Amino acid sequence: MARLDELPLHHRAFLKAYRWRRIDPVPWTPPAKPLAECRLALVSSAGLTLPDDRGFDSKIRGGDSTFRVVPADTPARILEDHHRSSSYDHAGIHQDPNVAFPVDRVRELAAAGRIGEVAPRHLSFMGSVTAPGRLVRDVAPEAAEALVSDQVDVALLVPV
Amino acid sequence: MCNQTVSLVAAEMERRGIVTVVVQLLRKVAEAVGPPRALCVPFRFGYPLGAPDDPALQQSVLEAALSLVEEPGAEPPMLRDLALGEVRAATGRPVRPRAPGAG
Repeated sequence: MARLDELPLHHRAFLKAYRWRRIDPVPWTPPAKPLAECRLALVSSAGLTLPDDRGFDSKIRGGDSTFRVVPADTPARILEDHHRSSSYDHAGIHQDPNVAFPVDRVRELAAAGRIGEVAPRHLSFMGSVTAPGRLVRDVAPEAAEALVSDQVDVALLVPV
Repeated sequence: MCNQTVSLVAAEMERRGIVTVVVQLLRKVAEAVGPPRALCVPFRFGYPLGAPDDPALQQSVLEAALSLVEEPGAEPPMLRDLALGEVRAATGRPVRPRAPGAG
């Protein structure tokens, strides 16, 4: 488990006073079929994008809540790190982006038959969203609709 | 913040009929935000799947996350912990979370 005392002092002070946004009521979708028949998409908040894609804007107050699309056949090694947060060590992600955005691993899961197939696209956020109003109101519904249109059954979401 | 962001996105997906599992690095944040299905992992910030260039370890974390979907009779919010011992058993070798580097 990560610990708050790993963080720089100013991050810790901010988090101590921060009021987390509670999900209420908690929505629930029971699985309708076995995983071996499910289409799976990844959602990462590590700020990783395709090399020629628009980066994230770390100057936006409250955080850049937009997301980028990463096609399912993208090899992890070409993903670029646009996350500017100093709250974590980026070295592992630079060495192997799968440690936060396991695009290579989920193709292996499909090849092994553990899941039915990988969805055509994954979604990539930059997670430092301290004011999540716009995220909750506009962007998260838009991201969810994108996966619905791709007929995704299961989404696996990975923070950093 | 990343922990909250993915949970809020997961809620919108779950609301639209997609089964979600979120990985969480801070149990306290998972408890406060309350995503539908969450797996708390024993790794530090920046390393949610354990270690770079370690496909076996990364797969064992993914397997633990997927197993939440298959748990019978589960109810939200569902919060499970991945123990380091389970990861060791899955990969057949010890796992040392790396010492914090220059963040």
